Amino acid sequence: MSGQSISAESPATGAPPGSRPGFLRRNAAPAAFLAPAFILLVVWVVYPAVYTFFRSFFDDAGGAFDGFVGVDNYKRLFTDDNTLQAIKNNAIWVGVVPALVTAIGLIFAVLTERVSWAVAFKTVVFMPMAISLFAAGVIWRAAMYQQEPERGAINAVVAGVKDAIDPAGVLSQAQPSTDAISGTPQGGLELGEPIAVGDTALLGLTGIRGEEVPADAVQAVAPEPLQGGITGVVWRDFKPGGGNPGEVESEEVGLPGVTVELRGEDGGEVASTTSAADGTFAFEDVEEGRYQVAIGPETFAESFGGIAWLSERLITMSVIISYIWVWAGFAMVVIAAGLAAIPRDVLEAARTDGGSEWQVFRRVTVPLLAPVLTVVFITMLINVLKVFDIVLSVAPGSVQDDATVIALEMWRESFTAARNFGFGSAIAVFLFLLVIPILLLNVRRFRREV
Amino acid sequence: MTSATADVARPAPVIEESLAAKILRVLGKAPVHALLVVVGLFWLVPSIGLLAISLMSPADFTDLGWWRVLAEPSLITWDNYSALFEGGTDSLVARSLVTTAIIAVGGTVIPIFVAALAGYAFAWLEFPGRDWIFIGVIALLVVPLQLALIPMFDLYSRLGIFDTRTSLILFHSAFALPFAIFLLRNFFIGIPKELLEAARIDGASELRIFLRLILPLGLPAIASLAIFQFLWTWNDLLVALSLGRETQPITVAIFSQLRQFGSNIELIAPATFVSLAIPLVIFFAFQRYFVQGLLAGSVK
Repeated sequence: MSGQSISAESPATGAPPGSRPGFLRRNAAPAAFLAPAFILLVVWVVYPAVYTFFRSFFDDAGGAFDGFVGVDNYKRLFTDDNTLQAIKNNAIWVGVVPALVTAIGLIFAVLTERVSWAVAFKTVVFMPMAISLFAAGVIWRAAMYQQEPERGAINAVVAGVKDAIDPAGVLSQAQPSTDAISGTPQGGLELGEPIAVGDTALLGLTGIRGEEVPADAVQAVAPEPLQGGITGVVWRDFKPGGGNPGEVESEEVGLPGVTVELRGEDGGEVASTTSAADGTFAFEDVEEGRYQVAIGPETFAESFGGIAWLSERLITMSVIISYIWVWAGFAMVVIAAGLAAIPRDVLEAARTDGGSEWQVFRRVTVPLLAPVLTVVFITMLINVLKVFDIVLSVAPGSVQDDATVIALEMWRESFTAARNFGFGSAIAVFLFLLVIPILLLNVRRFRREV
Repeated sequence: MTSATADVARPAPVIEESLAAKILRVLGKAPVHALLVVVGLFWLVPSIGLLAISLMSPADFTDLGWWRVLAEPSLITWDNYSALFEGGTDSLVARSLVTTAIIAVGGTVIPIFVAALAGYAFAWLEFPGRDWIFIGVIALLVVPLQLALIPMFDLYSRLGIFDTRTSLILFHSAFALPFAIFLLRNFFIGIPKELLEAARIDGASELRIFLRLILPLGLPAIASLAIFQFLWTWNDLLVALSLGRETQPITVAIFSQLRQFGSNIELIAPATFVSLAIPLVIFFAFQRYFVQGLLAGSVK
């Protein structure tokens, strides 16, 4: 279809510059046809562009041109924390996204050439192109990026994999039942008072849900003192309907399989053992001295809390993933069209000459596709420089400063509470200056092709 | 292009294969299918997720995860949607949908008609400086709309048309023009010269030629352009957010709810899905034009 629209040789040979009478009358029709476009373009594009350029040399206050500040607004671009972060992030976007989108599009285009249901696949991948980047961001934030594995789909998958490989500790939620035990689950819980050889240690825990109690647990037994050793019990110090904390009572079960450490007075580990089905444990042949008895931290290993996709550190990556989800379809469709335009006999010739699939792809297909790949890359480059709405919808307000990009900073400075029109204008001009060289490349391409 | 035909065509002894070639060959067919299925799912899952969330009570979503609804369709409830449209045409969502539709239709029809007029003039009318003016129009493609937001905010305020649908439509119209004029002029120029000359000899006015000949013949290009422009204005957030306050299209309405993302997901999810409905319908109805327009816009 495009062949028709491209044949652009000037149709008119150009009327000789007329000195014939009725200049106005001869040009009345063109003027009438062009007037609406002319008005719209001058008032809404040309005038504001010039205005913004001048506005960028004045301070933020008011709408009038007073308070000339020279290039201060431009200096501020490179000193202000937010714009610096925006420039940094945009650099990441520029470095990562166009190349990735082009590569993914190429892979999809090549792979779909080989399957019969290519249309269905292409439709699915292409569909996000129709919806707004803003809505795409909402989709990812709501369905994929929530941190709790019960809500966010990605973390649910990660949690499933992680639980299979590295299960959570037996008692991830347990708390000490009395003040006699101190410490944190991360460092291990230990008895507050050191004990001597021959003493017993009562390690009562609560906050254990019924289903968390190990299946082989039996009634807990109060420990018997041991000559030359230290004994104790780890048990679930909870009796339905009440009971005394710190006492081993009937209906209270021992907690088997818990790692118990014997620590010297310096805190170093001397020995370690695990509790039996009734919760008892014993350290035999212990040297005289005072010791701490502690429950090892591995007992309390937390279950997977989810990757914080929307945290300061990961937010830009998360936004980029959702952005690629939107644009990969565009790259795929354009590259597939380019692929379809490669003459079959060229590829066949390469194959009959003995080229393997990979060689044909590398040496023939990709070079022939180079112009199309360039188009996709440049288009994405321009899009990425202006990226705005998807950042606003994926990044929660609290990490906006970390996720920000140039177009977002322009809007935030100009149209949120601040109304910094001078600075905002400078950011807009800066964005314009970044886009120009890429568009000039594009124009050269246009000229070559038209 | 299948490996079978390639094998047949290949001269007898198999040329030594590189490692990459082996990998590619082994990857053969089945793994390609599997890979594409996984990728396809990855592309589908987020949208299905949002749809599921919009059809669940917030409590179920929080406790069970949205994927549970796939296994237990009984969890589906329309409560979120009925709450969204409570108050009928007065509800926030209904009002913003109307606003969105008006802006999108106006922001599509006006620039395309105006661009068609100009495109015709650039293609078939003769006037001094024509090609230079055309180049000037194309040059305006470089102006990002960010460059116009602040001045138009000022100007609209002074003219008293700030925060109106008309002002948003005109903004979208102007920024659509450079590309639309470029595309339509190039399309119109491909119309056979004889048709126009015949019409002119018959004494038809330029306006008549434009309306009766150029517009119908230009329909394929106009359709592609219209679909893109409609989706662009429908999906816009930046312009409406900057140049409107009470005039809220659906994107802005959702945006204003985002701050309480966790607590009002039962509002955000269905509203977002409603905002997607029209673009998706258009996408599926006019997919061919959509793809053609895309190729015309980017490849050429």
